[in-house]
Amino acid sequence: MLKTFSIGGIHPADRKISAEKSIEVLPLPKRVVVPVAQHIGAPAKTEVKKGDLVKAGQVIAKSGGFVSANIHSPVSGKVFKLDEVVDASGYRKPAVIIDVEGDEWEESIDRSETLKTEITLSPEEIVKKVGEMGIVGMGGATFPAHVKLAPPPGKKCKVLIINGVECEPFLTSDHRVMLEKGDELIVGIKILMKALHVDRAVIGIENNKPDAIKHLEQLTKKEQGIEVQPLKVQYPQGGEKQLIDAVTGRQVPSGKLPIEVGAVVHNVGTTLAVYEAVQKNKPLIERVVTVTGPGISKPSNFLARIGTPVSQLIEAAGGLPNNTGKVIGGGPMMGKALASLDVPVTKGSSGILVFPQEEAHRKPMENCIRCGKCVSVCPMGLEPYLLMIETEKELFDRAEGDNIMDCIECGSCSFTCPANRPLLDYIRLGKGKVGQIIRNRN
Amino acid sequence: MSIVLITILTLAGLGALAAVILYLASQKFKVFEDPRIDQVEEALPAANCGGCGFPGCRAFAEALVKADDISDLNCPVGGPDVMSTVAEILGKEVGKTDPMVAVVRCNGTCEHRPRLNEYEGATSCAVAAALYGGETGCSFGCYGLGDCVEACDFEAMYMDEETGLPVIIEDNCVACGACVDACPKDIIELRKKGPKSRRIFVSCVNQDKGAVAKKACDVACIGCGKCEKVCPFDAITIENNLAYIDYDKCRLCRKCVPVCPTNAIHEINFPPPKPKPAKEEEPANTPASSN
Amino acid sequence: MNQKLVVSPSPHVHSGDSVSKNMYGVIIALIPALLASLWYFGIGALIVTLTAIVACVLFEWIIQKYLMKTTPSISDGSAALTGLLLAFNLPTNIPIGLIIIGAAVAIGIGKMSFGGLGNNPFNPALVGRVFLLISFPVQMTSWPVPVTSRFQYLDATTGATPLSVMKEGLSSGASFSEIMSEIPSYLNLFMGNMGGSAGEVAGIALVLGGIYLLVRKIITWHIPVSVIGSIAVFTAILHFASPDAYAGPLFHILTGGVLLGAFFMATDYVSSPMSKRGMLLYGVGIGVITVLIRVYGSYPEGVSFAILIMNAFVPLIDRYMKPKRFGEKIKTAKVQQQ
Repeated sequence: MLKTFSIGGIHPADRKISAEKSIEVLPLPKRVVVPVAQHIGAPAKTEVKKGDLVKAGQVIAKSGGFVSANIHSPVSGKVFKLDEVVDASGYRKPAVIIDVEGDEWEESIDRSETLKTEITLSPEEIVKKVGEMGIVGMGGATFPAHVKLAPPPGKKCKVLIINGVECEPFLTSDHRVMLEKGDELIVGIKILMKALHVDRAVIGIENNKPDAIKHLEQLTKKEQGIEVQPLKVQYPQGGEKQLIDAVTGRQVPSGKLPIEVGAVVHNVGTTLAVYEAVQKNKPLIERVVTVTGPGISKPSNFLARIGTPVSQLIEAAGGLPNNTGKVIGGGPMMGKALASLDVPVTKGSSGILVFPQEEAHRKPMENCIRCGKCVSVCPMGLEPYLLMIETEKELFDRAEGDNIMDCIECGSCSFTCPANRPLLDYIRLGKGKVGQIIRNRN
Repeated sequence: MSIVLITILTLAGLGALAAVILYLASQKFKVFEDPRIDQVEEALPAANCGGCGFPGCRAFAEALVKADDISDLNCPVGGPDVMSTVAEILGKEVGKTDPMVAVVRCNGTCEHRPRLNEYEGATSCAVAAALYGGETGCSFGCYGLGDCVEACDFEAMYMDEETGLPVIIEDNCVACGACVDACPKDIIELRKKGPKSRRIFVSCVNQDKGAVAKKACDVACIGCGKCEKVCPFDAITIENNLAYIDYDKCRLCRKCVPVCPTNAIHEINFPPPKPKPAKEEEPANTPASSN
Repeated sequence: MNQKLVVSPSPHVHSGDSVSKNMYGVIIALIPALLASLWYFGIGALIVTLTAIVACVLFEWIIQKYLMKTTPSISDGSAALTGLLLAFNLPTNIPIGLIIIGAAVAIGIGKMSFGGLGNNPFNPALVGRVFLLISFPVQMTSWPVPVTSRFQYLDATTGATPLSVMKEGLSSGASFSEIMSEIPSYLNLFMGNMGGSAGEVAGIALVLGGIYLLVRKIITWHIPVSVIGSIAVFTAILHFASPDAYAGPLFHILTGGVLLGAFFMATDYVSSPMSKRGMLLYGVGIGVITVLIRVYGSYPEGVSFAILIMNAFVPLIDRYMKPKRFGEKIKTAKVQQQ
C-alpha cells in the first residue's frame, strides 16, 4: 500500500501530454514585463528608472519587508518605462518594462553547466543568499523561500520534505526538472538541509512518474539521509499539509504552520533555484513552464525568462488553436483563467494550459441535492456546501466557526459536485471576508 | 363519576400550577421597557432595511428613544414625514435631511465598453471582483451581475438587459444604501435628490490614466480637468484621474456638462436643453423622470 | 482567434458527474428488484410501477410548470425515481386511484411544497407511502400471495406477510421457532418468495442493486451498514436473551422493507446527513427505531416510520456531527514536548 493523505481527495484524469518533452530554452523575447509583486507579502520597491541600462540578474526592485522578495532583471537591456500593467488578475499592477538588448549577465553569475557539489556557505549565509536571490515557492504559492528556511524561535525542523508531487493534471515542469536536473536537485536538497539543520529529507513523488522515482532513487542511493517516497496518485497531494500528512502521517493543526509538526516543505523547482542561487550566484530570473492543452500542437516544457509574455510561449508551442476557449495560468484545478495573453510569466507560473471551447465552459448549476460528495472529497474535512450557503447568506461568524479559513482552495468540491455548483467561488469569497473580519478584530 | 371528578381536578390543578409558575417567572424576569419604543416603532415604516444604520426598525426605535438629540438620526424610507411624527412622540427636535437617491456611476454599456473576455463564474459581482478586473478593459466599472439588484428590498432596481447595467427606479428608491454596500466596486453612490429631482454627477469611477480609461470605455472620465475649470462653484475636484462633483456645492448650473469630452457627466430630469443638437447620453435613471 | 477567452474561477475541470447520472444510477440499481417483483407479482407489479412513475413525473411537471412557473426538470430522473420507490413500497393489488393520490402527496407535499429537489426534509416516496398507509390501512396491508396470482391485479389472492404472522404469533404466545415453521424458509425469504410490497421482497435483488450503488460510488457504505448492523445487533441481543419471545436477526433483516430501506430509501441524498459520522448515527437511529416499532409497537413493520423520524433529525445531525477536520487528531503532541 502506497502512502497518501488521509482525508478526502479526488482522481482527476492525468493528461500529462508533455511529460516526454525535454526542457527547451525559449528564445529571448523582445520586451519583458516584470511585475514587482510576484510573491506573497509586500511588493518589492522599484530601484530603476526609465532609460536605465540593466544586466540580466541585476536587482531592479528591492524586497519590501521580511516576507517579500527581491526582483531581478531577467534580461539585459534598457528600461522602457515603469507602468501599471494588467497582470493575471486583470487588475493593473506596477511593473518594470524592459526592452531586451543582447544577453549580458552580471559578472558574479556562474553560467557554466558544471555541477558544484561542495557547499561552502554557512547556514545563515545560505538563508541570506536565498533571500537576496529572490527565491520564492515555485509550485504556485510564491511564498518567499528564505522565510521558510528561518523557523521561528523554539521550533525545530525535523524533516525536510521536497515536493515532487505535481498533482495538478497536465503540468509536467517539476517532472522534467526531476528527470533532467537530478544532480543539481540533490545538491539543492543538501543546501536546504544544511540551512535547516536537519539530517533527513524526503522527496515525495506520485506513482504516476515512475521514471522520476527511479532516477532519483538511483541518485540518492549513496546519499545519507535523503530518501525518495513514492506516493499513491491522489489530488491534492501537492498541497503542503496533505504532503506532510502523506509522508509523515502527521497533520498540521488548523491555523498552524508545517513547522508545528517539525516539517518544512519545498518544491523541486524551488530547490533547483536554491542550488543555482547558492552555488552559482544566479537569481530567480527564469523558470520551467509547461505549455500544454488538448489543442496545442506541440506541448512543451520551456525554460523561459520571467516577464516573457504568455503569447510568446504559446506561439513557441505551435500557436493558439482556432477554437481556443480558455487559457489558464497554472494547472486546471487551481490555475487562474487569463483574460489577456499579454500577461507575463512570473515566478509562480508553472504552466500555461490552453483549453478548446468545448472544455472551457461550465455546465449550468442545479439545486444542491445534498449528496455529500463535496464533504467526502474535501481534503481538509470541511463542509463546502455549508460554507457556500453561509457565504451567500453572509453568515460569516458561522463560516468562521465551520473552519472556512482552513480551506486550501484545491477545488475538489467544485470538481466533484454533480449539480455543478460553484462551491469554491463562494468559499473563496467567504474566506476573504472572514479573513478581513479576523484582521479587523486583532 | 369519581374518574370524571379526578380528571377535572387534576387538570385544573395542573393549570393553576402552571399559571403560578408563569406568573412568578414573568415577575422575576421582567424587563422594563420604555413604552415609547413601541410607539416609535409603530410610526416607523417597518421595512427593516437597515438604511438608518441600525439592525432593523426596532433597534432604530430604541436608539431614537435613548438619544437626547435625534437630529443625526434619519429614517430614509419614511423621510421627513415619519421623522416628524417620531419627533412629536418623543418631544425632540428632528434634523433637516435632504432626500437622497442612489445613482449608478458607470455608463459602460456594451456599446461604449467592448467586452474583451467572457466571465463564466458564479453570478455574483463579489465573486467576480475577487477573481479579476472584469470582462472589459476597465477594471473599475460595473460587472453587471446584479448584486445591487439582489440587495434592493424596495424593487427600486433592475438590470437593463440591453446595457448590462443596473437601473434605479427613482420613485421607489428610499436611499437605504443596501446597493451601495453590495457593490464591490463602489460604483453606486447616494446623492442628494436635488430640487425637482434634478442632479448632475460624473457617471464614471475609472481611476486609470486618461488614455487607458478612454481605450477601455468611450464614456470614461479621463480626468482632463475641463469641468473643474469651468465650474463656478468649486464643486468639482479631480483626484486619481477622476472628476467628482460635490453635491453640496453644486448649484446645477450645468456648465460642466457640455465641456466634458467623453460625455461622462450626466444630468438627470432637466428639461431637454435647447442648444444641444441631438439627444445626448441617455442617463441611466430616466425611467422615473416624473418631472 | 475570433472568440473571447472565457474567464472563470478555478477549478477549470469537472468530474463529469451530474444529478441525473446519480438518479438514473439508482434507477438502474433498482432494475433487479423490479424484475423480481414482476416475477413474483406479475401484472399487478407492472401496473403499480408504471402508474406510480407516470403519476410522479406528471405531477412534478405540472407543479413546476404551472405552480412554480419554472422550467420543468423532470428529465433529471428524480421524479421517476420517487415514483419507482413509491411503487416498491405499495402492495401490488392496490387500486390505481390510491397510487395517484400517493404520487400527488409524494411529489406535491413531500417534495415540491418545500421547493423541489434538494429542499425536501423527508423522503418523498415514504411521505406518499405513509400517507396511504394511514389513510387506507386496509388496502395498504392486504398483500397478494407471490407467484400464484401473477395474472390477477385487484382480485389477487391475499395473504399475510411474514412480519405480521410473526407479530400475531408472538403476541398469541407461540414461540419463535414454532412460527418459523409456518412461514417460508430463510432462503425463500432472501429470494423474495413471500408476501409484501412490490419491491421489498427480493432480498437478493436489492443486495445486488446495493452493491451496484456502492461500486458506482453513488452511495457510501455508512448508511446501509449501520442500518442493517444495528438491526442485527439489537435483535440478536433480544433473541439471545429470550429465544422464544423474539425473532432472530436474520428474520428481521430479510423481511419487510429493511434491505430496500437501508440501500435505497435511507440513502436518499436529500434527506440523509452529509458527514460520515452523521450517516452512521442516522443509520443506527433508523435501525433502533425500526426494531422498537416491530417489537414493541402496534405495527408489524417500522422501516418507513423509522426513516421518516430520522429524516427529521437530519438538520440537527448535520449541525452537530461535523466531519473529521484535517489536523483534528493531535498527533503533534510528541513534537511539541521536545
